[in-house]
Amino acid sequence: MTPALALEGVRVVRGGRTVWSDGDLTVPAGAVVGVIGPNGAGKTTLFQVLLGLLPVASGRVEVLGGEPRRGNRQIGYVPQNYTAALGEAVRARDLVTLGLVGGRFGLRRTTPTEHARVDAALHRVGAADYADRRMSQLSGGQQQRVAIAQAIVDDAELLLLDEPLANLDLRNQHEIVRLLGELRRARGVTIMVVAHDLNPLLPVLTDAVYLLDGHPHHAAIGDVVQEDLLTHLYGTPVGVVRTAQGDLFTRAAWRDVDPMSELR
Amino acid sequence: MTDLLAGIGFQPNWLAILQTTFMQHALIGGSMVALAAGLLGYFVITRQNAFAAHALAHIGFPGATGAILIGAPVTLGLAVFCVGGGLLIGLFGKRVAERETATGTILAMATGLGVLFASLAGANASTTTSVLFGNLLAISADQLVVFGLFTAAVVLALALIARPLLFASVDPAVAEARGVPVRALGLAFVVLLALTITMAVQVVGTLLLFALVVTPAATALRLTARPAAVAAIAVAIALASVWLGLVLSAMVNLPPSFFIVSVAVAGWLAVLGLTGRRRDVGQRTDTHHPAVAPVG
Repeated sequence: MTPALALEGVRVVRGGRTVWSDGDLTVPAGAVVGVIGPNGAGKTTLFQVLLGLLPVASGRVEVLGGEPRRGNRQIGYVPQNYTAALGEAVRARDLVTLGLVGGRFGLRRTTPTEHARVDAALHRVGAADYADRRMSQLSGGQQQRVAIAQAIVDDAELLLLDEPLANLDLRNQHEIVRLLGELRRARGVTIMVVAHDLNPLLPVLTDAVYLLDGHPHHAAIGDVVQEDLLTHLYGTPVGVVRTAQGDLFTRAAWRDVDPMSELR
Repeated sequence: MTDLLAGIGFQPNWLAILQTTFMQHALIGGSMVALAAGLLGYFVITRQNAFAAHALAHIGFPGATGAILIGAPVTLGLAVFCVGGGLLIGLFGKRVAERETATGTILAMATGLGVLFASLAGANASTTTSVLFGNLLAISADQLVVFGLFTAAVVLALALIARPLLFASVDPAVAEARGVPVRALGLAFVVLLALTITMAVQVVGTLLLFALVVTPAATALRLTARPAAVAAIAVAIALASVWLGLVLSAMVNLPPSFFIVSVAVAGWLAVLGLTGRRRDVGQRTDTHHPAVAPVG
């Protein structure tokens, strides 16, 4: 099976500075991959390479068996701070429709088939109820769903989500994570998620790409959620806890002075 | 025409006035501007470019007075400065904050140049006034031809690029990833806006232009968010403003600019009043829905 992503000796340079180098990794198709690393490590840059927005300085990149190129319809993308630029001028439905036909020039009515695909995508992410509302009227979680609907409306095989859980409350985080798991099971898409916090994603992650000391690596998620590795990766003590039920989560492996002691 | 504007008060012969050549020119020219302005207004708002539109009108000011200075057609001077200024603004910072600062600075410089050129050209106050506040009743047959070409260019170009332009306007990061030429579309839009403003300045003037380019679309957006409907309603409001404005102007013999702007603003206020406290416009809701729809 063609891997979703293969890097061979890739070095990425931006503004004269090497962001990361020695990229040698393969991500299998159908994986749900956490892309992790400290701030500025080049997580979003990796996405830009895959989207064909940033050429690599050296090495070879293969996405879904081909060279990265702009306008690859097999890739669905939800950028970070997705909602920042959206005003009250567009409805959820319009935004998803643009994901399907937004690149086409010329006058042309949206066909019934295209409308049906838009409806199906909105339904699949659970956004059908507010499809006709303006984006500015939706909550952060609802906006994120619409963004995901836009990313999957053209039947993408690879989803790139940049911090999809940022600014969401716990309930919305859980619902988006559950949606990602469903999308993978139902459609076999490969999903790559940039995230600062691994914990909410751990129930669905199968793999991770981690940017350690300026180099990207790939591993199964179980091999990445290790105290030594995460502590090294983030440069601060990180603990890993496995509960009796088999749940896995990370925690800050240090304690503040007991705040109550000063009052005693 | 000066005679015509001399008296103030109701003019019983307003119907006859409307049939005069200059009024016919004004109606045709004004309608073309309304069409172009109404169509572009939606994009001005979705691109958060309202300030740039306002600034472009001011940048046209030295173009107009500079044209008088060197004896060139005013429309040409306006067009050169508006398009040039638009490209300059378009090339400046991508971020809104950077763009605002650059736009404001260019605006100030342009207004200064406008005053300088007007003074050097020995332009009298009424010439300057007609640039600042528009002089729809002085539109010549030659200008109408130019207006026709500009309007045709705007309508045809928009027909071609409207959809990708909307994508690039509301969702630039995704549009770029999807292969939409975001930057080129941005520059194309600025040129179309500059052509429209070149015409609109001659209708309502640099100072009142906002009411014809931004207000109709803003009013339409209060009523609906369907892109095609917004464009249609904005054009209708702009047309109604120009037509009603001209009729009122003929009735009481006062400058049409005032009435055109007044009608547009009255429409905006009326719609604000109707929808104003509608809690769902621009307000977030946090109602939760079932986690995930069945995946089928």
